[in-house]
Amino acid sequence: MKPEHPSHNRDVPGADDPDARGTPVGRRVLLGTLGLGALGLAAAPSLQRGLESFLAGAADRDPTGLTGLLPNGGGFRYYSVVASVPRKDARTYRLTVDGLVDRPASYTLADLKALPQTRLVRDVQCVTGWRVPGTPFEGVRLSRLLDAAGVRPTARAVRFTCFDGTYSESLTLDQARRADVLVALRMRDEDIGHGHGGPARLYVAPMYFYKSAKWLSGVTVTEDVEPGYWELRGYDVDAWVGRSNGRDDAPTS
Amino acid sequence: MPPRADAPPAATTVRRFTPAQRWAHRAVALLMGVCVATAACLYVPQLAQLVGRRALVVTLHQWAGLLLPVPVPAALVSRAFRADLGRLNRFGPHDRVWLRAALRRDRRPASRPAGKFNAGQKLYAAWIAGATLVMLGTGLLMWFTHLTPLVWRTAATFVHDWLALTAGIVLAGHIGMALADPEARRGLRTGSVRREWAEREHSLWRP
Repeated sequence: MKPEHPSHNRDVPGADDPDARGTPVGRRVLLGTLGLGALGLAAAPSLQRGLESFLAGAADRDPTGLTGLLPNGGGFRYYSVVASVPRKDARTYRLTVDGLVDRPASYTLADLKALPQTRLVRDVQCVTGWRVPGTPFEGVRLSRLLDAAGVRPTARAVRFTCFDGTYSESLTLDQARRADVLVALRMRDEDIGHGHGGPARLYVAPMYFYKSAKWLSGVTVTEDVEPGYWELRGYDVDAWVGRSNGRDDAPTS
Repeated sequence: MPPRADAPPAATTVRRFTPAQRWAHRAVALLMGVCVATAACLYVPQLAQLVGRRALVVTLHQWAGLLLPVPVPAALVSRAFRADLGRLNRFGPHDRVWLRAALRRDRRPASRPAGKFNAGQKLYAAWIAGATLVMLGTGLLMWFTHLTPLVWRTAATFVHDWLALTAGIVLAGHIGMALADPEARRGLRTGSVRREWAEREHSLWRP
């Protein structure tokens, strides 16, 4: 009897193919990876706390800044909704206050700096999860600018526009008049740079950081709240930290 | 004059991949590339600053991620592709030898016996498939935020972030090894490889 001819069909592992038999390690590795993923989900809260405190410590002694690239490595993340943002400086920057007011105004950076400054040190909480502890912001109370403009009785809200040309935000008049809402000129005790929304940005201490519009250029007093950029894309308009967007972070202010 | 004893055989190349296998790899590579590039633009501050357009980049990332697990099941219609999945799954004694040699950094082909796929390629294939599915699951949890309680979403973000970093490093290794081996790349580009290469790198493979 002739010996069985070895298979030469290249599409099917034949009897002479060493990979035709053997332990199904591939399947085990795949399932194991899935299992580890599920385990990671379950263990994430405690793992995250440990890693965050470790990385915060490491970032303090890291001259390269590479720890900032690690997930939750501490620090701010840059988000912009447009392709490029024009740069404004002390010469070109203007902040207009208009809408339902008796005395519309336009402030230069020097005008804003000449007004009494308020310094607040609070945590910054982003709705995507990152939090930066104890960040100083300094600037003019928004309520001061609103009072100077003379808000009319029919007004109930404030709309904010930005010189990136796209971003917008809004607050109710009561929210806008809070003492912890600033037109901020300084952050972390430095003039706010372009990347962080300088030369002037909104700072709404008690709310998720998307409310703190960068590159602030317009304050318009309106009759009703007009949802801002991310709010038209599903975020909550009343963005109290810990009480909105389905999140339970510790309040920031 | 008699023919030389060492005259090359009629076929100096052997077929390694059919079009189904090559196109499945191309589709996965393209989608993975979009996922990695958009992730970098969302995540690395310098790139985020350069690119901006956050809403668009997020949409691209979500759809590329959603489509990433599609090409492999689609290619299952090919008998050759199914056969390769079977080969990737099974580990024999030679794979143990190969892994030991890799751990010892022993690069001599003789100490690294391999079938059509070596043990490293088998491990990579299984791991990246599992990691892709974990990324898909955690990505969906982050995308449809109203479906799950907050603690799930935070946990999903944590797993997605760290696994992305790990997968990025492993992927860089995969691409680096391909860059160092033109003949392996040729196999995926044209479907054929030189017989001499196949006999050296995949000594147990009988094409």
